[in-house]
Amino acid sequence: MDFSLFALERWVHFMAGITWIGLLYYFNFVQVPAVAEATADKDKGGPGPAAITKYVAPRALLWFRWASLVTWFTGAFYLMGAHKFLTAFTLQGQDAYIGMGAWLGTIMLFNVWGLIWPNQKKILGIVTATDEEKAKARKIAFLASRTNTMLSIPMLMFMGSASHGLPF
Amino acid sequence: MNPLASISGTIIAGFVLAIVLGLVVKMLAGA
Repeated sequence: MDFSLFALERWVHFMAGITWIGLLYYFNFVQVPAVAEATADKDKGGPGPAAITKYVAPRALLWFRWASLVTWFTGAFYLMGAHKFLTAFTLQGQDAYIGMGAWLGTIMLFNVWGLIWPNQKKILGIVTATDEEKAKARKIAFLASRTNTMLSIPMLMFMGSASHGLPF
Repeated sequence: MNPLASISGTIIAGFVLAIVLGLVVKMLAGA
């Protein structure tokens, strides 16, 4: 039995990537609309969004942000081992396909750690913030999260196309 | 209006971006 570091990196890359993007879709397609509805229902005697923001969101964000880091590094190590890191990121020849996927993933990683997580810490009260700061943080985190959802569509197309070709 | 404000707008924008970038990369790859 031969050990393949490439296969291991690809396997972990897929698992972490599914965790990351799965939670991204959970936030955008499930949690954000659910919190909005729960907030609107609170005045009508509903339970409100407190349990979601206290018990669900911090756990989802924990897996989300660390999975994004594992995804990026396993992908980067894979490309380095294959001597494709530079040719991918400089979009050379056939490596332009995986390279464009890698660029989109890199922008998304920055959005997670540079915009979503620091602002979510204010929203969830992990760091202290005024109501005004929280409102601003909510807007930035929301737009960064929606941007990542949009970018995930071409990102996944390019990731798959590196081995299997574009759909057009 | 910002297309990212709605889920459907986000998904449509993602597919448009995928097609545009796909064509650009095809050109770069010389395919």
